[in-house]
Amino acid sequence: MPPGWGGTLLVGLLHSIEIAIGATCLGLLIGTGGAFGKLYGGPVTRDLLAVYTTVVRAVPELVLILLLYYAGTDLINQVLAAMGYQRVDISGLAAGIFVLGVVQGAYSTEVIRGAILSIPQGQIEAARAYGMSPGLMLRRITLPAMLPFAIPGLANLWLIATKDTALLAVVGFFELTLATRQAAGVTKAYLVFFLAAGALYLALSLFSNLIIGRVEARSRRGMPSVKEAR
Amino acid sequence: MAQATALAEKHKAPDGAAEAIHVENLHKKFGQLHVLKGVSLSARDGEVIAIIGGSGSGKSTLLRCINCLENPTSGIIRVNGEEIKLKADSHGHTVPADRKQIERIRSKLGMVFQNFNLWSHMTLIENVIEVPVHVLGVKRDEAIAQAEKLLARVGLAEKRDVYPAFLSGGQQQRAAIARALAINPRVMLFDEPTSALDPELVGEVLKVIGDLAREGRTMVLVTHEMKFAREVATHVVYLYNGLVEEEGPPEQLFGAPKSERLKQFLRNVG
Repeated sequence: MPPGWGGTLLVGLLHSIEIAIGATCLGLLIGTGGAFGKLYGGPVTRDLLAVYTTVVRAVPELVLILLLYYAGTDLINQVLAAMGYQRVDISGLAAGIFVLGVVQGAYSTEVIRGAILSIPQGQIEAARAYGMSPGLMLRRITLPAMLPFAIPGLANLWLIATKDTALLAVVGFFELTLATRQAAGVTKAYLVFFLAAGALYLALSLFSNLIIGRVEARSRRGMPSVKEAR
Repeated sequence: MAQATALAEKHKAPDGAAEAIHVENLHKKFGQLHVLKGVSLSARDGEVIAIIGGSGSGKSTLLRCINCLENPTSGIIRVNGEEIKLKADSHGHTVPADRKQIERIRSKLGMVFQNFNLWSHMTLIENVIEVPVHVLGVKRDEAIAQAEKLLARVGLAEKRDVYPAFLSGGQQQRAAIARALAINPRVMLFDEPTSALDPELVGEVLKVIGDLAREGRTMVLVTHEMKFAREVATHVVYLYNGLVEEEGPPEQLFGAPKSERLKQFLRNVG
């Protein structure tokens, strides 16, 4: 690999990871709120959330990214201008996290909703019967109890998020794919750089699997092994 | 009110004992289904009230209305003399009016469920200290010391760090009783505590409940175990079709039932 460009790729990878982590965290927040809203909210909340998850999951992510990035920054600047403020440049990082987070949120809503439905309802009932407030019940009972059912789905979403960061190249965000294109374009060593990028994505996935495996084992600590039930 | 006073007088309560649970003219409808049609019930300190009745008689619903796990459609519920404030929500359903009040009242009622309902992501000791530490604000080390005593009492001292799924039904139910005792409950509510157990495990759970009854714990117990109800209850209530068909001391109810339906019921289960 021609010298100097390896560092460029690593910077790109770092940006990709930053976005993926940010988007996943935002997605989990939206997803948790969305799942609770869909399960326990009033009719208006449920309808609004249904529109959100349906639209976001129906439109291609690339289109959403272009739409939210260009239309979103334009909207913010128009609002700012109307209020008499200076136009601002939205940072690529913040915009990327926001856009992918909104997409992740829609999918997470459904994953977490399914996981909450999988909790034996008696455990929720016991929490109510002992006077737990809704917030305490969420933190101490519902979230930890739904985790083993949510992790496989959420792990999928995390891996998708790491690769969806590549879509942000279209709005000029400097992540791994854009870094690779630049390096390859300048040096003409396409095969080397794209193989290197592929290896980096693979390494990220393998490392993620390692962590996810541990989190999953921990979340299933109260459950008998499935192998024994075979 | 006159009816409630008359009801209270029938009870064989310790003299001067305060009324821990008071239920008056309780109605519960599930849609069109009228499950409770005006039930009254009273439990004074130290009393063990057994609620018996056939399937669909409303006995579990009655118990679950006491701590508003089911919201009654109408009626009065007092716990420790404090009336649970109810209001109609936007759909016309009756719901607790004051969330803090109902949470406070619930934290004084130790409920034991048919299906145990231990929290599966917590070990037994974690299950037992959960409510004292996080709802009642007891210090963690104090709660653990107390929980260890309770687990020893129900014969599960060695299982303190085991998760519920790795235990038998009888062990889980005994742990659930320890969880209920950990809040130092004013009243214990048992919802068919042995109905989900294998027959050979019923005895160990009934022994624990019987010991608690004999030491003067106030209890309301929904059960199918007639022999056990006769042994431990101070007062038995027979529900039929959402109404109290007959009630009284166990010797009278089981020894000389007046109602034809109760006689029939006792023949069928006996």
